[in-house]
Amino acid sequence: MCTSFMGELLVGAHQFGSVTLVSRTSLTAPTTDTFKAALYLASATMNAGTTVYTTTGEVTGAGYTAGGITVTNGTAPTATNSSSTAGTAYWTPSANFVYSGVTLTTAFDSVLIYNSTQGNKAVSVHTFGSQTITSGTFTLTMPTNNTTSALLRLATT
Amino acid sequence: MTTKGEMDDALLDKREGTIDNEDEYTTWVEYWLMDELVHRSAHVTLKKMPTFAGAEMAIF
Repeated sequence: MCTSFMGELLVGAHQFGSVTLVSRTSLTAPTTDTFKAALYLASATMNAGTTVYTTTGEVTGAGYTAGGITVTNGTAPTATNSSSTAGTAYWTPSANFVYSGVTLTTAFDSVLIYNSTQGNKAVSVHTFGSQTITSGTFTLTMPTNNTTSALLRLATT
Repeated sequence: MTTKGEMDDALLDKREGTIDNEDEYTTWVEYWLMDELVHRSAHVTLKKMPTFAGAEMAIF
């Protein structure tokens, strides 16, 4: 598979099947979608089978708004060849996820990234050790944006 | 900030901890007033993607 194709998938350059989309304003120069990051309780079932954002199992508490925070997307996806037969397309949010001034007393252990422009379609789920926050800040540091560590990676081998 | 507003650190018992395993590096800090937790913050750095979430690393 061509590495450039994988990068183009991340920016929606190909359409093999029909899909219902929210307008991106222009057919030839569509706008970038908005992505959000929501926190989920340890008791919630969030995994690769998750298809859409839901309030079921989402954390609640002072300072936290249902739906989570907007993901900072300042760096476009990258596609890099590692050989003539392999490569990786990748993307990472350009800022850490920071939930400031919150109280989340029920243990939570995952974050869902979803596309709030396109019907809240799920992108990925990331889990960590259970946490609670009391009048404090929860920070999720983003990994290095490269072929081996980026948050989202598509690869050929 | 605490559940009781801004407080003098000297009045509080500070507790800190870390989680360091193959999946994450996490630090947390708590401030206690007697037996009451009045502040807790956490900072999580993911080291790798969870294996169940194939969407993050699709191999073709």
